[in-house]
Amino acid sequence: MSNEATLHGQHEVIHHGDDHHGNGHDHDHHHEQSFISKYVFSMDHKMIAKQFLITGIIWAIIGALFSVLFRLQLGYPDATFPWLESILGHWAEGGRITPQAYYALVTMHGTILVFFVLTAGLSGTFSNFLIPLQVGARDMASPFMNMLSYWFFFMASMVMMASFFVQTGPASGGWTAYPPLSALGDASIGSKIGMDLWLVSMALFVVSQLLGGLNYISTILNLRTKGMSMTKMPLTIWSFFFTAVLGVLSFPVLLSGFILLLFDRHGGTSFYLSELFVKGKVLPNEGGSAILYQHLFWFLGHPEVYIIILPAMGMVSEVLAINSRKPIFGYLAMVGSMFAIAILAFLVWAHHMFVTGLNPFLGAFFVLLTLLIAVPSAIKVFNWITTIWKGNIRFTPGSLFSIGFVSTFISGGLTGIWLGNSSIDIHLHDTYFVIAHFHIVMGVSAFFGMFAAIYHWFPKMYGRYLNQTIGFIHFWITMAGAYLIFWPMHYEGMAGMPRRYFDYSGWESFKMFTELNQFISFVVIIVFATQLLFVFNFFYSIFKGRKVTTTNPWQATTLEWTTPINPGHGNWPGEIPEVHRWPYDYSKDGKDFIPQTVPVSADESAH
Amino acid sequence: MDTTVTAKKKWWAGGYSPFNVSYGKLMMWYFLLSDAFTFGALLISYGTVRFSSTSWPDPNHVFHSFPFMGDMNLPLVFVSLMTFILIMSSVTMVLAVHAGHNRDKKAVVKWLIWTIIGGAAFLGCQAWEWTHLYHNNAWWGSNPFANADGTAAMNSNFTDFFFTITGFHGLHVTSGVVLNIIILLNVLGGTYEKRGHYEMVEKVGLYWHFVDLVWVFVFTCFYLL
Repeated sequence: MSNEATLHGQHEVIHHGDDHHGNGHDHDHHHEQSFISKYVFSMDHKMIAKQFLITGIIWAIIGALFSVLFRLQLGYPDATFPWLESILGHWAEGGRITPQAYYALVTMHGTILVFFVLTAGLSGTFSNFLIPLQVGARDMASPFMNMLSYWFFFMASMVMMASFFVQTGPASGGWTAYPPLSALGDASIGSKIGMDLWLVSMALFVVSQLLGGLNYISTILNLRTKGMSMTKMPLTIWSFFFTAVLGVLSFPVLLSGFILLLFDRHGGTSFYLSELFVKGKVLPNEGGSAILYQHLFWFLGHPEVYIIILPAMGMVSEVLAINSRKPIFGYLAMVGSMFAIAILAFLVWAHHMFVTGLNPFLGAFFVLLTLLIAVPSAIKVFNWITTIWKGNIRFTPGSLFSIGFVSTFISGGLTGIWLGNSSIDIHLHDTYFVIAHFHIVMGVSAFFGMFAAIYHWFPKMYGRYLNQTIGFIHFWITMAGAYLIFWPMHYEGMAGMPRRYFDYSGWESFKMFTELNQFISFVVIIVFATQLLFVFNFFYSIFKGRKVTTTNPWQATTLEWTTPINPGHGNWPGEIPEVHRWPYDYSKDGKDFIPQTVPVSADESAH
Repeated sequence: MDTTVTAKKKWWAGGYSPFNVSYGKLMMWYFLLSDAFTFGALLISYGTVRFSSTSWPDPNHVFHSFPFMGDMNLPLVFVSLMTFILIMSSVTMVLAVHAGHNRDKKAVVKWLIWTIIGGAAFLGCQAWEWTHLYHNNAWWGSNPFANADGTAAMNSNFTDFFFTITGFHGLHVTSGVVLNIIILLNVLGGTYEKRGHYEMVEKVGLYWHFVDLVWVFVFTCFYLL
C-alpha cells in the first residue's frame, strides 16, 4: 500500500488494503537494495517502466527489421541478397526470401508492433512511469502485481521469440490469425507449432495487460494526492485511465476467441470450421463459423487501436501545452472526446468485416458509428492546433514529434473516413490504401507520440538529456520518411493493388508500380537506419548524456517535476505535495508557469 | 468503514479513495468486470451459433440421469442439485464474510470450510456428469444427441460449447476453491487477526459470488433454454 502514510494521515479510509506484499513502505530511510531486487525483479514503478521501455525498444528493432526484410522482397523482387541466406538459412534460399518466410515476416511484424511495442512498450512504459508521479503517489497500488505484469510480458516475449526458431517457423497467417488458416495445421506450415506458440504468447500477454490495467485504474482512482481531483489531472493520466479500461474490457474477449481457436486446433471441435477441403481431403468439421472468430477478434482488435493511440494523444497534449507555454485548449472537451472515443471503440469493430460476409444491413449501423468517431477525433485535432496557435513554441525534439503526431493523425484520420464507408470499402479493402491508412494514423502517430514522450520524460527517467541534434535529425528524417513511405501506398491501393502479396511483378496491372515500390523500400531502409541512430542516442545518453541540473528542466507544472532529479523509491523524500490547481497554468497573470502545488492566491484570475 | 460521512465531503478531490474502498477491492471489482466479458464472449458466441441453428438437442433428454439411479428418467434433477449446492456455498460464504466483519475467527473458519466443501461437491458432481456424458459418447467434437425435432445431429456445436463453457466455469470454481483454501489457511494462521481485519475473506467472497452468478447464466443457457 503505497500511500499508506498519506492516507492514514487523513483518516479517511480505515482499512484500505492489506499489505501482504511484504514491502512495507517506509520512505524516510532508504535501505540498500540488491542488484536483483533493484534492476531485475523490481517493484518500483519507475524501474518497471524502464524495463517495459527497453524490452519494447528491442522488439521495435526486431519488428522494424522484419519490415525491412519483406520490403526488400517487395522493392527488389528479382534481386538476390546472399547475406539473407546466411541469416535466414533455408527461409531465404539463394538469397531471396521464400513466400512462406515472407508471410511469417509480415505476420510477426504486425504482432510485434501492435502488441509488444505499441501496447506494452508504449502504455506499459508511460502508464507505469507517469501515473504515480503525476497523480502524486508513492508507487502503483500493487507494486507486486505491477512486477508480475512485466514478467508476464517478458514470458510472452520469450515464447514469441522461441517461435521464430522452431522448424516450421512462426505463425504466418497474418497478425489477425483468422481461421480456418490459423486453425488447421495442415493448411500451411505457419499454422503448425508456431501458431500454438503465438496463441500461448498472446494469452500470457493478455494476463500481463490485465495485471497492469487493474493497477493503472485503481492507482488513478484511489491514490491521487490531496487536492488532485479528477479534473485537476493532466490529460496524460486521463488517457492512461481510458486506455486501461479499454484493455481490461476488451482483451478478455480476445482470450475467449483464442480458447475456442485452441479447441478447434487440438480438440476436434468446429467452432470456426465448416465444409473445408485441405490438400484434396474433405474435413469432417461442420457447423462452425469463421465470422464468429472475426467478431471476437475485432471486439478486441478495434479497441486495441485506441489502446495504442490514446496514450500518445494524452502525452502529446501535455508536451504541446508545455512547449507552447499555453494552457491546453478545451481541457474538458479533450477529456470528453477521449471518453467518447473509449465508448465508440467498443461499437465499431465490424467495420473490419464489411466484406468478409457480415450482413450488409448490420454494416450500415457500423458505418454510422464509425463515422461518429470523426467527431471527437476532430475536436482533439482542433484543440491541439488551437493550443499551439500563437504559442511561444519551443522547438525541442519532443515538441516536434508532437506536432508531427498531429500532422500524421490528421492525414491518416481522413482516410479513415473513406474506409469507414462500407460501399467505398468494397473497392479499398485489403489494398495498400488500408496499409497506408493504419500505418499513418496508428503506427506512425503512436510512434511519434512515443518518441515525443521519450524525449520529454527522458530527463526524469535517467537524469540526463537525449542528444538534441540527433533528436532533430531523427525527427526530420522520420517525418519525411513516414510520408514518403506511406503516401504513395494510397495511390497503389486506389489502383487496386492488394496487400499481403509476395510478388507483384507477375501482374500486368501493377507493373507500373515497380519503381514506386523500389522507392518505398529504399526510404524504409533509410528510416530504419535513422531509428537505429535514435536507439544509439537512447543508450548512449543513459550513461553519457548531458546531465539535468534542475528539478524542472521544461518549466512544467505537473507533479513529476517536484521530485528530486533522480527520485528514489517512493518518489518524494518528504510528504507528498498537495495539489491546488489544474496542470495547465501557463502564461497566466504574467507568470510563465505556475506549478500545481502553488495555492491559488486571492487576486488570481480564474482559469 | 467510515460511517460518519457527511454529505459535503468531496469524495473525488484526491487524498482518499472516492468509493471508500481499498485498492484491492477495487481491483477485484474490475477483474470481475473483465472476467464477465470473457464469459460474456463465450456465451454470446454460443447464443449466436445456437440462434442460427435450425434445431438443437432437448436438454431434458440429454441431462436425465442421476448417480446410482440407473436408467430412471429424472430430467434436470441432478443439475438442480448441483445448482443448489453451489448457491448454498454462496450462502455459507456470505456468513463467512459476515463473521469476518465481527472478527469472529472461529465462525470464519467454520463457514469457509463449508464453502470449500460446497465448491468441492459441485466439482465432484460436474466430474460425474462429464464422465457420464463421455460414456454416452459425448465429448468435444462428438455429439450423439438427436435434435429436439427428432432429426439427427448435423454437427457437434452442442457438445463443443457445452464442454468448453462448463469446463471454463469449472476451472473458475476450481481456482475459487484453491483461493478459499489459501485464505482459510491464513485465517487459521492468524494473519488477518494480526492485520486487524478480514478483508481478504471479503475479496475471495466477491470472486466466489461472481462464479456462482456466472453459473446461473451457464445453467440457464445449457439446461433450461
